[in-house]
Amino acid sequence: MDVAQRPPQPRPAARDLERYTRLFAVRTRDMKSSAMRDLMAITERPEVISLAGGLPDTSTFPPDSYASLMATVARDSCARALQYGPTEGVGVLKDRIVEVMAAERTFVDPDDVLVTTGAQQAIDLMCKALIDPGDVIVTEAPTYPGAIPAFQAYQADVVQVEMDSDGLRIDELEVTLERLEGEGRRPKFLYTIPTFHNPAGVTMSLPRRRRLVEVARERELLVLEDNPYGLLRFEGEALPTLRALDGPSAAEGAGGLVVYLGTFSKILSPGIRLGWAVGPGPVLDKLRIGKASADLCSSSMTQYFVDAYFQAGRWEDYLGSLRELYRGRRDTMLEALTERLGPEASWTRPEGGLFVWVTLPDYIDTTDLLARALRENVAFVPGEAAYVDGRGRSSLRLNFSGVNEQDIREGVRRIGGVIREQVGLYGTLTGAQPPRAGPDAQAGARPGKGAAQTGAPAGAGDEGLADVVALPPRREGPHGRARGVHEDR
Amino acid sequence: MSRVVVLKGGRSLERQVSLRSGARVQDALERLGHDTVAIDVGHDLVARLQEASPDLVFVALHGRDGEDGTVQELLEVLGLPYTGSGVSACIRCADKVLAKHLMLDAGIPTPAFYAFNETAFKELGAAAALPAIEERLDFPIVVKPAGQGSALGIKFARTAADVPAALVAAFSYDHRVLLERHVSGRDLAVSILDGGDTGVEPQALPVVEAVPRGEDFYDFEARYQIGRTQFVCPAQLPGDAAERAQALALEVYRLFGCFAFARVDLMLDPEGQLHVLEVNAIPGLTETSLLPQAADAAGVGFDELIERVVARTSARASAAGAPRPT
Repeated sequence: MDVAQRPPQPRPAARDLERYTRLFAVRTRDMKSSAMRDLMAITERPEVISLAGGLPDTSTFPPDSYASLMATVARDSCARALQYGPTEGVGVLKDRIVEVMAAERTFVDPDDVLVTTGAQQAIDLMCKALIDPGDVIVTEAPTYPGAIPAFQAYQADVVQVEMDSDGLRIDELEVTLERLEGEGRRPKFLYTIPTFHNPAGVTMSLPRRRRLVEVARERELLVLEDNPYGLLRFEGEALPTLRALDGPSAAEGAGGLVVYLGTFSKILSPGIRLGWAVGPGPVLDKLRIGKASADLCSSSMTQYFVDAYFQAGRWEDYLGSLRELYRGRRDTMLEALTERLGPEASWTRPEGGLFVWVTLPDYIDTTDLLARALRENVAFVPGEAAYVDGRGRSSLRLNFSGVNEQDIREGVRRIGGVIREQVGLYGTLTGAQPPRAGPDAQAGARPGKGAAQTGAPAGAGDEGLADVVALPPRREGPHGRARGVHEDR
Repeated sequence: MSRVVVLKGGRSLERQVSLRSGARVQDALERLGHDTVAIDVGHDLVARLQEASPDLVFVALHGRDGEDGTVQELLEVLGLPYTGSGVSACIRCADKVLAKHLMLDAGIPTPAFYAFNETAFKELGAAAALPAIEERLDFPIVVKPAGQGSALGIKFARTAADVPAALVAAFSYDHRVLLERHVSGRDLAVSILDGGDTGVEPQALPVVEAVPRGEDFYDFEARYQIGRTQFVCPAQLPGDAAERAQALALEVYRLFGCFAFARVDLMLDPEGQLHVLEVNAIPGLTETSLLPQAADAAGVGFDELIERVVARTSARASAAGAPRPT
């Protein structure tokens, strides 16, 4: 048969979907694609410089090492690697996980570890085990865009609490918890990314970490600590994980209220699809049962691969090389932002991780801006992806880990261009500033603030338009709304 | 049986919808026994069309390039018969400003509007005219890009303070935008389908009403997603509103010179007046699209719908001896 010729074949998924509509569970109504997701699909075109991904750089992993690790697996563990494994994970891998966590001074027992198919699976399992329709999950605002579809699939009511440059506002959290309690609603858990937040790029300060653990204990609040990036610190002092501050439930004075999520995706490879959860026994038991019905076990092959990788003893060297690579890319991005974005923009300066969060004046909708940016073949994640409640429309997320420095510079240059264009147009429309001289004219025609992080300036020539153009300071935190953007964790 | 190329995807913002439309059309064509090749439209389009050498091209593209006459012009040059409206009708439908003027001139009711390009604001000081525009149109005002087929970039301005940001958003998609009086009421769509043979009058299919769930605007997301918007077909409308909507849609279809099929979007205001919003030269053919729903309500299944479009296109091509359909 001519393989180039497409044989007729039944593809029920592609046709007559209405026939199946009435069969779908009610909860699938919230499992939807979105206009933004459709826009994001265009970002995959090869000519587009995409600062939208959440991808680590896997191009620097030496192919020789990969081959030799696979050979080791074949030689030492062939039959086991090809076989089903225990649901909770292969023993040797759990030892490696303990080792990785110890590198962040978080000491756990291998028996408290559940290996999962990426940390994403652990998020899903937490919902599967804990969430009934309408149950409350508290998250940061913004939050990881990939968590939102998981929460929505279980019909959770997601309540988002503001952040600032020191991470989650614990005072705001307490106000929110108080309000919920008044409504007779107790959150099932708080989902937080305390270190190098995705998408916000900020890190929760030590006092806030301590206070959060206190609040959790006072209120018996379960905390889901997602820590994919903790080991990717470029500068500054490492902070203890919430799990380390809280301790295991068996320890004296400990709360046993933190379920910790880790992953090999950012320190080795997302392609091996391995993450883990560490938590109180009863919760972990439920997660394990949930996992058994989802996939029986994670890939034995990649678990032995990771074990071989750690045996080779160079994981910290490789991690160091990733840190160097990403530090350089972050610096390039921050320089480019300073150079290319006007004073009306502000952005976070991450000490690690993969992302910078940019906030623009509130008259710019970043989903629309993405449509414009795509005409210049550059892409980012619009802020609404990180919210469930309609906020965040003036913010955007930029990734610096998966793109080379030249493309970062060029990508930011193009984004700066379309932002300047919109700022200029808005100024023209409101009379706040004269029409722009040309596309490369410096954007910040407004007086005052110059440094990128100082927030947006107010001040317009026309008093009558002051209420239109006076912009509130944006320093306090990101704003936005969320829908499911697929990304690799 | 004929050899049919299905054009889908492309670079427009409605790429994903088009991929779904194209897949569905291709399935139907195969069930109907046609030899099909699907092309995701890109730089190699002409070469791939020449290589495929089809009897007919089914254009399942939406939005820029695919629905605005660009691809149609290319198919004319290549001498390939294609489904849907011809170049000029596509231009009339895709350019909302042109469409509105045509309707105004022909006495077809359409919401009051003003249209500007970016240079009017940048170089002619059009911003100074905004208060006058706002006074004449009254709030809320709908601001839309002139050439964007979907609801992307369409904003409601509820007060004067909302207008500049709405314009900035709309200019993200097009160099020209419309400010349009908002007509409240019921959101209707009338799809038109030509008969399979030349000489058979086009038929207005049953009216579809879009009833959004808890949203104040029939937005892009709701439009294409199961469950977000409830569609009622045939719409339960008072008096002779359905017949009037169908007659009006047919009038617009003829005025624009559409061919094979099209969808006319209208509003029915609380006083019972109809207002034509826009015409879609290549309406969606996805699982949740309105044209297939309306055809189904008229007893025309999806396969029959596709076959009718193909037959009509073939008949027209044979009759004309050339592939220019309008």
